Amino acid sequence: MKARIHVTLKSGVLDPQGKAIESALGHLGFAGVENVRQGKVIELELTGRSREQAEADLQSMCERLLANTVIENYTIDLT
Amino acid sequence: MKSVVIVFPASNCDRDVAVALQKVTGGQPVMVWHGDAQLPECDLIVLPGGFSYGDYLRTGAMAAHSPIMREVKTHAERGVPVLGICNGFQVLTESGLLPGALMTNANLKFVCRSVSLRVENTDTLYTHKYPVGASVVIPVAHHGGNYFADEDALDRLEGEGQVVFRYEDNPNGSARDIAGIINSNGRVMGLMPHPERVIEPELGGTDGIPLFQGIMERLA
Repeated sequence: MKARIHVTLKSGVLDPQGKAIESALGHLGFAGVENVRQGKVIELELTGRSREQAEADLQSMCERLLANTVIENYTIDLT
Repeated sequence: MKSVVIVFPASNCDRDVAVALQKVTGGQPVMVWHGDAQLPECDLIVLPGGFSYGDYLRTGAMAAHSPIMREVKTHAERGVPVLGICNGFQVLTESGLLPGALMTNANLKFVCRSVSLRVENTDTLYTHKYPVGASVVIPVAHHGGNYFADEDALDRLEGEGQVVFRYEDNPNGSARDIAGIINSNGRVMGLMPHPERVIEPELGGTDGIPLFQGIMERLA
């Protein structure tokens, strides 16, 4: 099974890198670009477990390491 | 006083803090590699500055799960004081020993200079040698010192006297100008500035000395 995890900053948490990207896009001439937010994508493959177990493990991985839930949200796509 | 300095891959202030501890307290700290599973008997654990694991994923995130951190947590739960400086502070928040998180500086710049700090709480194990209301000058050198916690958590920290150091001129966007905090039982402290770099007049200052003297007085 392949999993893709998206980690994004919670709304309301300042994202200075997103702001810098937004500004750079403006410099490139892309007008009307707002609210750029930068995040992370983590891909991984899971073997030797049921889908149910995979979902439970992924959630645990996100809570314990992949995301810092003080400042970040995460979503899990399992295929 | 027996102190331990944890060495992570890419710690770079481990020797500085060992020198500071040795110079001020007279005892030679034991350097413990992050991959070790056991800590020697000790009165103080220091997590030093640096860029552990190249700041991969998030600053301090990997180091927070190093084998030795299980032992550090167990010791902290038993009341052994833990001091985290710069990257050490980031490791403490990532490991849950201190609340909140340290994010990329709001201006995206690596800030490396001396800053003025107010010692907000001079009634801690670490700060009792500073006079009440003291203003000290201690250098910072970081890219991720922008302290964040939700408003309720910040109010709790303020209300309980857990904000120990505050920037007088905020260099990184840190919430409520917070430079250093202590946990609820007053044993675990994290701060972004580097007190170990100001223990010699020849190197620019001595405002770090009272911190190490204070620890020694209480723990010796």
